[in-house]
Amino acid sequence: MELTRRDVLAALAATGVAVGTGAVLRSEPGDDGPIGDHEVATLVAVAGVVYPSAVEGVESFVSEYSVTRVRDRPTYAAGVADAVEALDEYTRDWYDEDFADLDAETRDRALSGMDVDHADPDPEGSERERIRYYLVNELLYALFTTPTGGELAGIENPQGTRAGPRPTSGGRTDGGERR
Amino acid sequence: MIGRDSEGEAPDRTPSDHADVCVVGAGVAGGLVAHSLATAGHDVVILDAGPRFERSKVMARLEKALRPEHDRTDVWEMGGERDQYTKSLPDGITANLNLQRVKGIGGTTLHWSGGALRLHEKDFNMQSRYGLAADWPIDYADLRPYYASAERELGVAGGDDNPFISREQDAPMPAHPNSPSDRLFQEACEELGIRTHSFPLAINSEVRDGRSQCVGFSTCTPVCPSGAKYSGDVHVRQAESAGARVIDRAPAQSIEHDDDGTSVVAVEYATPSGEVHRQTAQQFVIACGGIETPRLLLLSESDEYPNGLANRSGTVGKYLFSDSSVSVTARIDETANKTPIGYTTMCSDEFYDHDDPTPGTIQLRFDNVDPQSPVETALTGGHSSREQIYKEPIYGGSWGDALLDETQHATDNRTIRITAGLETIPHADSTVTLDRSKTDNHGNPVPHIEFDIGPHVVETGERAIEIMKEIMDTIGAEITSISDPESQRLANHHNGTTRMGSDPSESVVNASLQTHDLSNLWISSSSVFPTSGATAPTLTIAALSLKAADHIDNKLSS
Ligand SMILES: Cc1cc2nc3c(=O)[nH]c(=O)nc-3n(C[C@H](O)[C@H](O)[C@H](O)COP(=O)(O)OP(=O)(O)OC[C@H]3O[C@@H](n4cnc5c(N)ncnc54)[C@H](O)[C@@H]3O)c2cc1C
Ligand code: SF4
Repeated sequence: MELTRRDVLAALAATGVAVGTGAVLRSEPGDDGPIGDHEVATLVAVAGVVYPSAVEGVESFVSEYSVTRVRDRPTYAAGVADAVEALDEYTRDWYDEDFADLDAETRDRALSGMDVDHADPDPEGSERERIRYYLVNELLYALFTTPTGGELAGIENPQGTRAGPRPTSGGRTDGGERR
Repeated sequence: MIGRDSEGEAPDRTPSDHADVCVVGAGVAGGLVAHSLATAGHDVVILDAGPRFERSKVMARLEKALRPEHDRTDVWEMGGERDQYTKSLPDGITANLNLQRVKGIGGTTLHWSGGALRLHEKDFNMQSRYGLAADWPIDYADLRPYYASAERELGVAGGDDNPFISREQDAPMPAHPNSPSDRLFQEACEELGIRTHSFPLAINSEVRDGRSQCVGFSTCTPVCPSGAKYSGDVHVRQAESAGARVIDRAPAQSIEHDDDGTSVVAVEYATPSGEVHRQTAQQFVIACGGIETPRLLLLSESDEYPNGLANRSGTVGKYLFSDSSVSVTARIDETANKTPIGYTTMCSDEFYDHDDPTPGTIQLRFDNVDPQSPVETALTGGHSSREQIYKEPIYGGSWGDALLDETQHATDNRTIRITAGLETIPHADSTVTLDRSKTDNHGNPVPHIEFDIGPHVVETGERAIEIMKEIMDTIGAEITSISDPESQRLANHHNGTTRMGSDPSESVVNASLQTHDLSNLWISSSSVFPTSGATAPTLTIAALSLKAADHIDNKLSS
């Protein structure tokens, strides 16, 4: 199942990033913030482990989502960067490489080895708890608030996604003003 | 957040000089009273204990609501020293007050589900009809025009298809269409001779009053990102446009009366910077919800009122009750296809009006919201609910394909449920009192709640379960769980703690919502309900608020 631009917009909308349908989505991080190419590559690599194998288009989905999501949210961006650093430190110790440079199987083993799979997601917790929050759960939240994620899970419209107006008998179906 | 003093200049929180009316509490009740009176040309000041919630943060609240890492109370910033309380509850009864109320501009309706239901005629006459509880000093007919106004003010979508309610005019918007899963129930009910009808909601079914129609985020409780769901801040804003002044983060500490104790002179309130001010006015309205309203009166004890202000009857804080519920859950072979919305669209009042006292009123609601959120399952690593995390604090360890399997299993689209709202008879020993051993952030004793349900609920619940089982059997569904009528929680509706009546020795306010003891003190809240049928209170709160506003306007104008 292919993740599309519609999915990126839905996932961003569920995090409060104001994106119109005509929004330009960037997948290249700027030079200044804590999120650079390496951080984005690491998020894509983590998604490769935690996303179901049936999902396609992960790289562009994750890049566009993450880069836009952390723009204007410096504290959050710092949290992500910090979690990437913690993950790299672990894999450098055990496998002499950054997480993003490992092969798929080793990435899975590394995350489990670090016990991230049984860690409580906590933005202020220990390293593995922060990795769970900022990397693993962040990516799962993005996926499962999209129409494609909902379809994968087997429901028409996951919570948090704007499904569009419901027709009423005699009611108007145009979208209204946000108050 | 507007009004957060850390961000920019602190707003002016000093009192107004010549206020006609001081309203304490900026939920739907306070908002409606303030709006009506400001529109009538009176000078109105509204005090609220909580902050203004900035609209632009609404999606961040949505994320907090959806992500299981966050406690639900974080969504509207409840909890902490300000909101502490203590409780004594018998086995089987639970209560979590801070999930059930929101403090701030808009109040608890920021979090509510939007069901906007009228009481039935019989609910006003429980004592004379059945010898149960107490009669209201007004009848359905007295409130009927106010119900119609309240439906217009809140914006209610509802059909005129409920044969058990007498209405003089249609709701202002068409009902929300039934969900596909409603069809299953509808067919079975028809076969059993049970009439079903639309469920009225204060959620826009079309664009109205500058607010969006429902666009299906399905997170109505606890946060509607589109603004389609009504919340009390709508009327607070309109009151401000009509000239009212709002002071946020200004919890009332006590109410001060004159020398002979016949009228109120001022409300004393605190501000975030630690100052304490006095707001004087001609008329005072307390609209702090069913827990904080009696608490504020109890905190305002004086030589004249040693048991709390307006409490010569001794009933302030007594008769705490909420409606109760039971539910039956089942599995079906076909897909249920519940719609992507967060609310009920069909119900049945077939068992609302009853002949014998017990079993009492039952309101059947047909669930069409998938109880399982894929986000929640995915983010808990395959645990199927937030509750499971609480029981089993280690997060599930699945991701990738294994996680998808579990998520698909949890959201299998084959679960259906019926919930029955049950009438609860209030008891004098279910109470809100002050716990003097514990204090809030201003050094005031916190509220203490005691609550029990009594046998009427249990018997009514047993009858409701029989009916719901019959419906499930007719559908051909396999029942997977039935809730226990003896296990109840204090529901989201806090009623009865300053009840209305014509006898000053047995009640706190009269039919005009004015306290018996002090001529310029009024209460607008579900705390005035003597009984409340099997249904949710807010449309009745709104109707009573409009009624109170009329009486206050008359008084100010005479
Ligand atoms: C999850 C949930 C779902 C619900 N669903 C429904 C539904 O479908 N239908 C329905 O009818 N009802 C529902 N309710 C109940 C409904 O939300 C309440 O009945 C309604 O919001 C009460 O409005 P209110 O204005 O009386 O009180 P509130 O909205 O609670 O407002 C009281 C205000 O007073 C302020 N306050 C308190 N103490 C002080 C003080 N000392 N000084 C100054 N200010 C103070 C508070 O900050 C608050 O803003 C639901 C409630 C919950 C929690
Ligand atoms: S389903 Fe409708 S009412 Fe509920 S949150 Fe979404 S837009 Fe708001």
